[in-house]
Amino acid sequence: MRHLSTKATCNSHGQDSSYFLGWEEYEKNPYDEVQNPKGIIQMGLAENQLSFDLLELWLEKNPEPAGFKRDGKSIFRELALFQDYHGLPAFKKALVEFMAEIRGNRVSFDPNHMVLTAGATSANETLMFCLAEPGEAFLLPTPYYPGFDRDLKWRTGVEIVPIHCTSSNDFQITETALEAAYHEAQQRNLRVKGVLVTNPSNPLGTTLSRSELNLLISFITTKGIHLISDEIYSGTVFSSPGFVSVMEVLKDRNCDETEVWDRVHIVNSLSKDLGLPGFRVGAIYSNDDMVVAAATKMSSFGLMSSQTQYLLSALLSDKKFTKNYISENQKRLKKRQNMLVMGLKRAGISCLKSNAGLFCWVNMRHLLRSDTFEAEMELWKKIVYDVRLNISPGSSCHCTEPGWFRVCFANMTEETLDLAIQRLKDFVVEHTANGHSKSNNSSKNSKRKLLPKWVLRLSSRDRDHEPDER
Amino acid sequence: MALSKNQQLLSKIATNDRHGENSPYFDGWKAYDKNPYHPIDNPEGVIQMGLAENQLCFDLIQKWIRRNPKASICTAEGVHEFKNIAIFQDYNGFKEFRQAVANFMGKARGGRVTFDPTRIVMSGGATGANETVMFCLANPGDAFLVPSPCYPAFDRDCGWRTGVQLIPVNCDSSNNFLITKAALEAAYERAQQDHINVKGLIIANPSNPLGTVLDRDTLRSLVSFINEKKIHLVSDEIYAASVFSTPSFVSVSEIIEEMECDRDLIHIVYSLSKDMGLPGFRVGIVYSYNDAVVNCGRKMSSFGLVSSQTQHLLASMLSDNEFVDNFLKENSKRLAKRHSMFTKGLEKVGIACLKSSAGLFVWMDLRRLLKEQTLESEMNLWRVIINEVKLNVSPGSSFHCSEPGWFRVCFANMDDDTVEVALERIRVFVEKQQVKSKRKFQNNLNLKLSYTPRRYDESVMSPHMMSPRSPLVRART
Repeated sequence: MRHLSTKATCNSHGQDSSYFLGWEEYEKNPYDEVQNPKGIIQMGLAENQLSFDLLELWLEKNPEPAGFKRDGKSIFRELALFQDYHGLPAFKKALVEFMAEIRGNRVSFDPNHMVLTAGATSANETLMFCLAEPGEAFLLPTPYYPGFDRDLKWRTGVEIVPIHCTSSNDFQITETALEAAYHEAQQRNLRVKGVLVTNPSNPLGTTLSRSELNLLISFITTKGIHLISDEIYSGTVFSSPGFVSVMEVLKDRNCDETEVWDRVHIVNSLSKDLGLPGFRVGAIYSNDDMVVAAATKMSSFGLMSSQTQYLLSALLSDKKFTKNYISENQKRLKKRQNMLVMGLKRAGISCLKSNAGLFCWVNMRHLLRSDTFEAEMELWKKIVYDVRLNISPGSSCHCTEPGWFRVCFANMTEETLDLAIQRLKDFVVEHTANGHSKSNNSSKNSKRKLLPKWVLRLSSRDRDHEPDER
Repeated sequence: MALSKNQQLLSKIATNDRHGENSPYFDGWKAYDKNPYHPIDNPEGVIQMGLAENQLCFDLIQKWIRRNPKASICTAEGVHEFKNIAIFQDYNGFKEFRQAVANFMGKARGGRVTFDPTRIVMSGGATGANETVMFCLANPGDAFLVPSPCYPAFDRDCGWRTGVQLIPVNCDSSNNFLITKAALEAAYERAQQDHINVKGLIIANPSNPLGTVLDRDTLRSLVSFINEKKIHLVSDEIYAASVFSTPSFVSVSEIIEEMECDRDLIHIVYSLSKDMGLPGFRVGIVYSYNDAVVNCGRKMSSFGLVSSQTQHLLASMLSDNEFVDNFLKENSKRLAKRHSMFTKGLEKVGIACLKSSAGLFVWMDLRRLLKEQTLESEMNLWRVIINEVKLNVSPGSSFHCSEPGWFRVCFANMDDDTVEVALERIRVFVEKQQVKSKRKFQNNLNLKLSYTPRRYDESVMSPHMMSPRSPLVRART
């Protein structure tokens, strides 16, 4: 072990987090309608499986890209040899147009400012390598995607300092929280290089408001730092208030060609918007030529397969297809989200009001034994092992408040979702009846059960306030 | 150049030169890009001989794809798999893919060793594989020894973002560029004295740029060297199936079956970019005998997974044993034929190459065409070859060769006709050089006779050359 690097022997790849443990449990006992109806239903995987039929239909109608052909001629050789890190021009053009279309064509993108990478995972890491030294920091609003701990920190040595957001204002980013995070970084002697936000948010499923975006731009202008906007869920926005990209706000503020313009970078992907995570399609978009140049060279470490670039350039250049796909996909996501939200409501569980994403941010605080992360873990284990649903606990997303869970809804059939909701409903009924929740504090001391509920509620809050788990 | 305010906000990695793209290795490419040869559209253009690509066997692969529509997720026969493949992002990769790659790797080594599919870790090409291995084995500031001449981009791949330094172990023509234990020991000792922590040795076998394979004895001595020092051995074997004559290829995987070795120190880097001619598909493999490295490498492969569409196609192709056996055989045959055609053509004009049995290139000896045995002379000659002869070849200095005058020339990335054109251009050039040097000698002699004696260029002089007052000169004037 001592022969290996520190990176190989530490655990900052984050794979020991509960986010991944739930996956492991699911792998051991996966639900299958026929083969394993009592298995664990996977609700921890933010995948979009709702619109494959649209893709399959397109493929049936367009046999040429499949057979490595263009205009009847074979281009296999060309593709097999194509390893230019500038990417297939036709693909980049199609991709920037697709990005613009998702943003209602209110902004446009220049293919020469786009760098292709093997998934958003690689894009985020590459940006860190370009923008920060080991030991420097980026500020991230919590809760955030658990994979960021690996993608942003592991091999780069960059630190993440959280911007604490709470349910008191629906987890919106405030100026106070930004300043507090910046201050915390300074206390820890960390030089802050930028802010990274996910818009739409994972795990919240909400889009950033114009005022939050304006706040962020003002903040990075004052501090002279970068802003990375991870917009990989931009195509999953299904209802109002609609998606506003940071590029739009910059334009509205007449920031083109100013210094701050060059410090805003976007990360994109087709893993969520088109449901193609296996194809490893990621992209960095930056207005800064040096960042584009450096990132392009770095993309050598994770280029997109030319075979895949070619297929997708044909797919995305078909404007009729993209227009239909974007709107149909959003419709289906909206319907599915609504199904989950209503189903949870009937079980007495509420969700954060959301307009995007492939998941809901579910409020199960009332089911906690106590307002602690320990209690959250206890509840989570019950849900994984007893209810047999793999959902993601808020603590794995670095949420400051215990009791929130991310529950995915787009990676299964309607029937499976129904079943999951039913299981949860049954669990809640049983859970409340047996007095496991905070309102009926479960305790080995049966005498406590005779005390009025409100006394128990009060005393449990005072006693069990534990430091945050990270 | 002072950095702008925004530039100061970028990392050192983003603004330093360790990506190596400002090296002359890439200048030749740029000259080619501006004026690329085409038999009809641009017959006077620069012929690309700096790109180590295998373009000789596409017909075999295309035939297979046509016959196996199920292997593509986009055909009518294969589209039912589309969804499952499109959502598959498991960093373990498809089991069938890992098995197929392990199968192929074994066959490329003549079936003399088998590879365990559970040790196959994906990466973004060999570029990604080398970087990943370094991230697993070394900390910033640590060093790896690398025999030179070596692949120019090793420095970028192994060191740019990892902070690892590469220490060259110079090999030269005095012993056909063999790596000696003495040279390794010397390099290791020097590093120790400089307080540099050497974590391992990285070799390319078959070698780029030499085209040679390491013999058994050398391999054994390398393995015993690293075992003794308790450092790692990374064997970049991406040309394993690009061997076309004897001596044949011996992999480190075979050696460790024959001798005592701490297997936790042994790691292989592989790819399909050279052996199958598919660089566009970005298939890189890390194969380590060390469990911790496999585990860590697998997590890191998230940063450069192979597209599932590509995994699916290749899983099918590489598990077709009939196809693989035929491909390997035919590929060797075609490479042998091309290599022979090229080296014989060079011989005819008095140009020798290092004797080689592998790779997609030859290591050409142009030392006698140098004005002086210096780097500057090599660069001058190289510019002449690019600009006048119109061939993009790669100068030895870009491979960190300590001996000036060697050039790597690729032969597998063009058709037969283009090879003939290239050989013709070389012939014309060499003849011109010979006339030039004759004339130069004569001019010098004439000057000598009319003026006071002066020194001759050392390269023009040779042991047998006559003095100015020899009877031959008198006869000429």
